[in-house]
This record gives sequence, structure tokens and C-alpha cells, in this order.
Amino acid sequence: MIESYIPILLIIGIAVIFGVVSINLSWLLGPQRPYREKHSTYESGVDPVSTAHYRFSVKYYMVALSFIVFDIEVVFMYPWAVQFRELGWTGFVVMSVFIVVLAVGFIYELKKGALQWD
Amino acid sequence: MMEQLLTDSLNTAPITGMVILSLIVVMINALKKEPLATEYWVSLVGIVINIGLAVWVFPERGTAFSGSVMTGGYASVTAIIFLTAAALTIMLARVYIDKIGANFGEFFHLILFVTTGMMSFAAGLDLLVTFVGLELMSIPLYVLAGITRRNLKATEAALKYFLLGAFSTGFFVYGIGLIYGMTGTTKILDIAQNINAYSSEPLFMVGAGLMLVGFAFKVGAVPFHMWVPDVYEGSPTMVSAFMSTGVKAAAFSALLLVFTATFDFMHSSINTVVAVLSVASMVIGNIVALSQKNFKRMLAYSSIAHAGYMLIGITAGGGVSIAGVLFYLVAYMLTNLGAFGIASFIENSDQTGTDIDDFRGLYQRHPALAVILGVFMFSLIGLPPFAGFFGKYYIFVAAIENGYTWLTIVGVITSMISVYYYLRVVVVMFFQPEGEQVQTARFGREGAFALAVAAAGVLLIGVFPSVVLDWVSALF
Amino acid sequence: MHQYVGLIVLFPLIGLLINGLLGWKIKNEKVIGSIGSGAVGLSFALAVAIFIDMLGAAPEQRSHVVELFTWIAAGSFKVSAAYQVDQLSVLMTLVVTGVGFLIHVYSIGYMHGDRSFARFFTYLNLFIFAMLNLVLADNYVLMFLGWEGVGLCSYLLIGFWYQKKFEGVTITWTGDAGNKAFWVNRIGDFAFMLGMFLIFKEFGTLTFNEVMGQADTMAVGNSTVFWITLLLFIGATGKSAQIPLFIWLPDAMAGPTPVSALIHAATMVTAGVYMVARNSALYALAPDTMMVVAIVGAVTAIMAASIGIAQNDIKKVLAYSTVSQLGYMFLALGVGAFTAGIFHVMTHAFFKACLFLGSGSVIHAMHEEQDIRHMGGLKKVMPYTYWTFLISSFAIAGFPPLSGFFSKDEILWKSFADGSPILWFIGAAAALMTAFYMFRMVTLTFEGKPRWADDKHPHESPPSMTIPLIALAALAVVGGFVGVPAVLGGGNAIHQWLHPVFAQAEKTMALPEHHAHTTEYILMAISVAIGVTGWWVGRRMFLKDPNADERIAAKTGFLYRLLARKYFVDEAYDAAVVRPVVKTSDSFLFRFFDVRIIDGIVNGAGALAGWTSRTLRVIQTGVVQNYAALIVVGLVIVLGLIIL
Repeated sequence: MIESYIPILLIIGIAVIFGVVSINLSWLLGPQRPYREKHSTYESGVDPVSTAHYRFSVKYYMVALSFIVFDIEVVFMYPWAVQFRELGWTGFVVMSVFIVVLAVGFIYELKKGALQWD
Repeated sequence: MMEQLLTDSLNTAPITGMVILSLIVVMINALKKEPLATEYWVSLVGIVINIGLAVWVFPERGTAFSGSVMTGGYASVTAIIFLTAAALTIMLARVYIDKIGANFGEFFHLILFVTTGMMSFAAGLDLLVTFVGLELMSIPLYVLAGITRRNLKATEAALKYFLLGAFSTGFFVYGIGLIYGMTGTTKILDIAQNINAYSSEPLFMVGAGLMLVGFAFKVGAVPFHMWVPDVYEGSPTMVSAFMSTGVKAAAFSALLLVFTATFDFMHSSINTVVAVLSVASMVIGNIVALSQKNFKRMLAYSSIAHAGYMLIGITAGGGVSIAGVLFYLVAYMLTNLGAFGIASFIENSDQTGTDIDDFRGLYQRHPALAVILGVFMFSLIGLPPFAGFFGKYYIFVAAIENGYTWLTIVGVITSMISVYYYLRVVVVMFFQPEGEQVQTARFGREGAFALAVAAAGVLLIGVFPSVVLDWVSALF
Repeated sequence: MHQYVGLIVLFPLIGLLINGLLGWKIKNEKVIGSIGSGAVGLSFALAVAIFIDMLGAAPEQRSHVVELFTWIAAGSFKVSAAYQVDQLSVLMTLVVTGVGFLIHVYSIGYMHGDRSFARFFTYLNLFIFAMLNLVLADNYVLMFLGWEGVGLCSYLLIGFWYQKKFEGVTITWTGDAGNKAFWVNRIGDFAFMLGMFLIFKEFGTLTFNEVMGQADTMAVGNSTVFWITLLLFIGATGKSAQIPLFIWLPDAMAGPTPVSALIHAATMVTAGVYMVARNSALYALAPDTMMVVAIVGAVTAIMAASIGIAQNDIKKVLAYSTVSQLGYMFLALGVGAFTAGIFHVMTHAFFKACLFLGSGSVIHAMHEEQDIRHMGGLKKVMPYTYWTFLISSFAIAGFPPLSGFFSKDEILWKSFADGSPILWFIGAAAALMTAFYMFRMVTLTFEGKPRWADDKHPHESPPSMTIPLIALAALAVVGGFVGVPAVLGGGNAIHQWLHPVFAQAEKTMALPEHHAHTTEYILMAISVAIGVTGWWVGRRMFLKDPNADERIAAKTGFLYRLLARKYFVDEAYDAAVVRPVVKTSDSFLFRFFDVRIIDGIVNGAGALAGWTSRTLRVIQTGVVQNYAALIVVGLVIVLGLIIL
């Protein structure tokens, strides 16, 4: 019973090591020329310490929303890709429907100018 | 596999049809600029086609997608109710959205999305489908409530609705989680097979209770009703109309399917809770409505009260109750859409002018509107021969047959109280002189047609209730 | 013939559709009036034909059920749109359509020049339609439909002249009077509905024949039947203006006079009497309810009659007189004299309709003056109105051989013989008052010297108004001969006719036969004496001094004020019922629960909200938090109920 959790333990270990190593590696290898903007928490220019009731430009949300949607899409597609053979054409059709729905949303978003920065 | 997928998609034709229709309207809206005629007509024709599809799959009673969606029968009947509500809403709102500056194409496809969500919500036989349906129904509605972005009241309503809606959905999901934890499945029919064993598990019952809270919030039952008056008053009138009829109908249909028809909580403590909610809704809703000055707010409290009447049917349980509640939903849908519709006709462009006093002397200006609104008010009171009478009648008969005479008595007493505030509208329209500020109704041909359909429906169902009753009987 | 009964109901429906949909286009008053009256006239003609047809049939073959279509079917529950044609319903149909037709004709003259002429006839036809459904229905649901329908018409017609002021307790507009009527009636309807539900629960059906069939085998004193009959009777007290729900009828006089005559005197208000008679077999099983009915009827009769003495509005006097006469009818029903009750419904329809139409004629002539203190001497200017009014007054006062004598005398006799001498005494006292206030009114209105202002020029009304008056007065004279009692050598035809309908109830009650005629003769003599006394005193007193009221008022002080102010019933109801309900809603639930608790918490949080946000301040975020808090409270309650 408990042995079956060993792969998960391994994954956790690898993830921790990967994270620690890559952050430290970039710190070790990268050039360091700090200036004020670079030191701020959000390089986008949002001030992290002020009143919480601060007006954000709606554009940030637009980008963030699109990001989440397509991020989630990958979460769905990844297991499908793994099981592609077993699911066969049925799986393909179902996934196509999913992508079409998403595409319609994306076209709507583009046409309404949600991703135009100016 | 593929054949199965195809048959399943065909058997759930109204839902798949609505998904396709919604996407088409989204595309039209994206690819083309003003005016809105295309969106309007495509939505309307599409809805009518989907009603046809729902009738067509009516005999295909069963389940689809490995037992997670219901097909035919009950699913068809509820789909027809929601689709009719959507069609009437779109027609009544055609001129209205122009007037209040909400003439966005989004109005149409959001309504279509909501309708799709309602249909999945009410046909879901897997708690996950039910949940997705609930969300697909709710989220576009939050947007619709605030579609007039510049109107502070509407924005306020939208935000309130969103916050509280999200809050209550949390309970709903938590309930699903507990039920899954106790049973190891989310398939409603599988759970129903062992319902007697589960009913003695406290955690399962807590899960059911949490789901009930989610339902109660959506139908606006006391004490989960606080959002109703604020949101109905603040939202654009036709959105409130759709909320008070379609959403309520969807939540009741889902509640009927899960709690009454499948789980059959007839003799459990859940039933006591529903009875308590029912009494509280009837009493608070009707009495607070007495002192309202705004027509929409009054209808909001009245809708709380009507949720109370329908909860009597849920308490009573059994086939007659299910038919009774469905009948009530149809009657209430037609009546309330019409009443809100007339309010939207005479509303000002800044969404004011919906106080009861603004209806003064409506009879002199628009005799037909006044008479029709009178019919709707009498139907809401529950006077024969209007549809509302039989709605109440069937539910009361079902309650008496199942030994809930005391609930019926509360129902009759509170509906007597309701006479006062409904009648005040009639008095103001017919027996009081016009005010200084005179609003002229604007509704266009589509609005007039939809109103005529609603009024004719209220009368026809009132005179020949069997027409509807035959449809909604013997579904389980 | 009976299978054509649907047409009787159909004609007024057609009439109302034509006038309602096309009336604004037709505009011509003659055409609209003829359509409205013609529709009812046709119904009357057909009703007469069915009646004659029934006369030819054997008594046991006179009852039929005509089924039109299945109306509601839900499981075992089935209700048809079906009409029961029997002796009782045909009699009521004849009265409704006959008197209704005359009043329609009268209205053509009375409503002449009114801007809503077509609307008036639409409502009248709608009323006849609903009333016919009420009396012809073969089941409770259809009867309830008619019951609500006539209530709706009454409401619409009371407030018909909605721009007009109308004086009353907490009433300023005619619309308020309509509201009051509707409201009070809903209390009765609520009881009626509960009674109906109980019947369904007990008998499993709502058809009269099936219910009565099952009732035949039930024991006297069954407690469910007691509640059923009591609830139905409460329903009747609403519609037929009995204690405690009689308060709406006097205010209903705000409507046009033909409406008062048709709805609030001749037909609708007798619906309660008809309903109790229709359920006679059930009432016979509940002697306790019967006693309640008899007492309520007797007390209403005397109370309303005493109020009538001190009223000065010609229509108000007639209104209280109606309440009082309805009390007689319930007294009759309560002592088991169903036939006598229905007989009085019929004769009352004749003379009271005539009196109301006569008063309308007077009001018309006096240019909307209704106060009898400002009339007098109208005898010479409007002879037709005077004579018909006088005849009807004699009829209501019970002068032989006019119709009122036979019906009222039968009621008094039965209440003595089958009830108790006390009931008889109350009835007799009320009869004395009736005769007194009627001749007070006749004298003040028509006799003596004119007391009206010089600028008024009263004149006789047009023939369309006087002909119905004459017809009704003639009926008031001869209408009683169908019920001449055996002691006067009559055959009591109406008793024979209605006997099969009430046979079951009479069998259950098993009332003793009365063979000794001496008592009956004595009582009859007394009631004649009472009528004559009332007439003589009333006429003498007010002929001599039209202001006799003031003298009496000065002498009796509070007592007179008590009568003039109608025993302060309206004020009492207002203080005890109306205000608390409105107040609870306004001050407790709205102000306290919604405003104080919710908004109170909110306002506390409001300061916080205002401080933290500028844009969102308007949105009152505090509110949402408290709404959410309430949801949590609700959740705790729900889960608590489930687990405990």
C-alpha cells in the first residue's frame, strides 16, 4: 500500500531539486546589473505596497484570463496525448470539439480587441 | 464508441443544439458590427429549432454519456420551459436593451449560454454535470445583471449577485464533495440505489444539506433570499425577468430531479428542512412585499413567496407534486415574464420609473397593457381562471394527499395576504389618475407579440390546464 | 332541452366578447346596449324553454348533468366543465337571467352618456356569465370559478366610476370601496377553499352528486362534515354579507345603481344562500352548523334592520335592508327550511331589484342627490317610480297578498316551528323595523313637501327605465303566488317543485310534521299586524315632521348614534385587523427585520466601507457581507435540523 506512493515521493523530490537548482543556477550564471525597476516585485510597474483598493488597468486581467484559459487547455490535452492510441478517433473528435469551443472564444476575444494593448 | 457518441449527442439534441447555437451567435457577434438584427433573429430561430428538437427527442427516455445526462421525458419538458422563457425574454427585451443602452450582441449569446446551463443543470444525472450546468447558468448571469456598465445600481446588483452566488456555489460543491466522499461516485442513479443506507450516514446528509443550501439560494428561499430584492431591483428589468423565471425554473427542476424524483427524501429530515424553508419563504416573502414601493422589488419579494409555494410541492413529494411544481413553473414563468415585460416597457431610459406609483393611470394611456398586467396580477394572486390558480391548486392537492394539510393552510393564508399588494397595482393602474410625469410605453412589434403570447398562455392554461398537465404528468 | 344548457352560458360570453373587443369601435349606445341585453335575453328565453320542458317531465326525471369537456385530470382527480340542470339551478337561472335582463334594459337608460358605456355592459355580461357558472356548476371547482368571477365583477363594478369620491370609514374613493369588497370576500373565499380541500380529502371527489351520494350513508354529527359545512358557511358570509363579513356591502353602493340592483341585491349576494342550499344534504348532517347558520342569520337580520332605521342615504338604507333580508334567508336555511330560503331569494330579487332601480331613478331625477332628507314630494313628478317603489315597499314589509308576505311568513313560521320561539321573535322584531324604515324612506322621498333646492327639476325617467320598474313591480305582486301555503288553501307549488332537491336533507333531518294550524294562523296574523304597524308609524311620524330623526336622536342620544354609525363595526375592524397587519408588515418586518437588523449592521460596516473605498462606496460592500452572514446562519440552521 504505502509502496505505491514511492513514485509520488520521487516526483516531489525531483521537483524540489529542480526548483532549487535552476533558481540558484541562474543566480550563479546570470549577469547582475540591478536598477530600481528591476528590484520591484512586479516588473510590470504595479506597486506592491499601497492600499488594496487600487485601480488596475483591465488589460492585465485580459491577458491573465487568456493565459489561464490556455494553461488549463494544456492540462486537458496532456492526458489525452498520453492516452491518444487508446482513445482513438472518439477521443480525437471529443478533443476537437473542445478546441473548437476554445477557438471560438479566442476569435471573439481577438475581434473585440481584448489583446490590443493600446 | 463513435456510434455511441453520435447517438448520445443526438439524444441530448436540445443541449448540443444550444451549445452550437451559442457558439454561432458568439461568432456572429465577433465578426460583424452593428446592428443587432442578425443576432436577434439567429438566436430566436435557433431557440425555436431547439424547442422542436426537444419535442423530437421526448420519446427517447433514458440516459446518455454513460449515465451522466438525462434524455427525453423530463429533460425535454424542462428544456422546453427554459427555451420558451429565453425566447420570450429576447423578444420582450428587443426594444428595451436599445432604450437602456445595453444594445450589445453579448446580451443575446449570454442569454443563450445561460439557457444551455439551465438545461444541463436540470438534466444532469452526474453531480459534476449538475455543477457545470449550475456554473454555466450563473456566470453569464452575473455579467447580464451588470450589462449596463454605467448604471451604478446595475453594477451594484451584479457585484452582489456575483459575490453571494459564488459563496453559495461553494456550499454546493462542498456538498457534492462530501457525497462523493461517502459514496465513491458522483452518478446520481448509482447513489439512489443505496439511498436508504446512505440516509443514515450523517456526513452524507450534511452533504445533501449543503447542496440544498445551494439550491435554496438559487430559488431565493428564506433565509437565503437577501440578494433577491437588491438584484432584481438593480438589474435591467428583462434580466431580472429571466432570473426570476428561468433560473428559478432551472433550480427547481434540478432540485426535483435530484431530491424528489431520484433520492426521494420524502420521510427524512431533509423534508423537514424543506418544509421550514417553505413556510419561512411564504411568510416573509408575502409580508415584506406588502410595504414595497418599487414594482420590481415587490415582484422580487413575491418571487420569494412563490418559491415557498413550490417548496410545498417538493416537501409533499410524489408524482403529483412533480407535475404540480412543473405546472406551477410554467404558469409562473409566463406570468412573471409578462409582468416584468410590461414594467420594462414603461421604464425610463436610465432604468428608473419602476415604482408602483409610476403605473398610475396606465389604463388611460395604454388600456391593453393595463388589462394584461391586471390579468398577470390576478394570476399571481391565484384566482381562477388564470394559470396561477391551477399551479397553486395542484400543489395544494398534492400536499393534502400526502398529509401536509398544515402547509396548505399556511399557503392559502399567505396567498390571501398577497392579494393586497398585487391588487394595489391594479388599483393604481385603473382607479388612480395619471401622475405628472407620464411615461409612454415602448415595446415594438416583437414585444407586443411576446406579451400577447404570455397573456394568451396564462389564460389558455387557466381555462384548459390539461394541455400542460398532460405534458408534465407521468414523467417518472 | 336540457342538453342546450351550455348555450345559456354561452350567450353572455358572446355578448361580453363583442362589447369588450369591439365596443370602443361601435360607440353607438343603442347597439351596445342591445347586444348586452339581447345576450342575456336569449339566455332567459332558453332558460324558460328548459323550464317548460322540465315541467313536462316526471319529477324524478328533472335532474340532469350535461358534461361539456374534461377540464382538469390529474391522476385520480378529475373535474369536468359540466352543468347540473335540476329544479334548483333552473330556478336560479331564471331569476339571474330574468332579473338580469330587466336590469340590462334599465341600464341602457341609466348609463346614457357615460363615457365607458361599453365597458359597463362588458362587465355586466361577464357578471352574468360568471353567475350562471356558479349556479349551474355540477362541481365545487367550477362553482368556485363562478364564485371568484362574480367577486371580480363586483370589484370592477363597484369601482366603475373610479374618479368619484365616496365617503366611508377609511374610504375616500370608489376604488377603495371596491378594494374593501374584494378583501373581505377573500377572507370568505379562503374559508370556501379550505372547505373544498376538506371535501376532497374526505370524499375524494368534488362533484356534487358524488359527494351527496356518499353523504347519504354518513352519520349525523360527523365532525369532518361539521368543519366542511362551517368553512363553506364562512365563505357564504363573505359573499352574502352576513356577520361578521357584512361590512363590505353598504360600501359597495359606490357602484352605479343598476349594479347595486343586480349584483348587490338580486343575484350575487344570494350566491351564499344558493351554495348552502346546494349542499343541503351536507348541512343536514351537521346540526351544529345549522344552528350557527340560523343564529347568524337572525342576528344579522335584526342588526342590519336596526342600522337601516338611522341611515339617510337612500342606497345605504336599501343596502342594510338587503343585508337584513339575506339574514332572513340564512335563518330559513338554518332551521332546515331550504325551500323557504330559496323562495325568499326569488321574491327578494323581484322587489329589491325594483327598489334599487327605483332609487336609481330617483337619484337620476335629483341629479345625483342620494340624501332622503333633501327629497320629498316626488310623488307627483315621477308617478311610475313612486307607484312601483310603493308596491315593492309593501312587498318587503310583508303585506298580503304581495310576494314578500308569503316568503317571509313561511320563514317566520318555520323558524318558530322547527327552530325556536326566540328565533321567531328576533325575526318578527326585524320585520317591524323593516316596515318602519321602508315607509320612513318612502315618506321622506316621495311624500310631503319638496325639500330640494330650486335649481333642481326632477322629472320622470325614460321608458327604458320605467318599463323594467313596472315589470319588476308586477313580479313583486304576483311572484309570491307560487308559494301559497296549505293553510291558505294554496298548493305551495315552489315547495313541490324543489322537493326532490332537498329530499335527502329532509330525510336526514327528519323534521316533525305540523298539523295544528291554529298557531300558524296566529303567527300569520301577528306578522300582518307588524307590517301594518310599521307602515302606519313610519308614515305618520315622517309625514308630520320630516325632521323626526333629529327629535329621536336628541332623545335617545348614544343609541341613535350607535345605529347611525353602524355599531362602529367598520372602526372596530379597522383598529383590530387592518391597521395591525399593515403595521406589522411596515414596522416590524420591513423596518425592523430588513432595515434595522440588516441595514443596521450594514450602517456600522458602512463607515468602514466608505473609508476603504471611493468607487465601491456606492455599492455598499457591507451589505453583501451581511447577506453572506445570513446565509451562514441559514446554513447552520439547515444542518442543525438535518443532524438533530
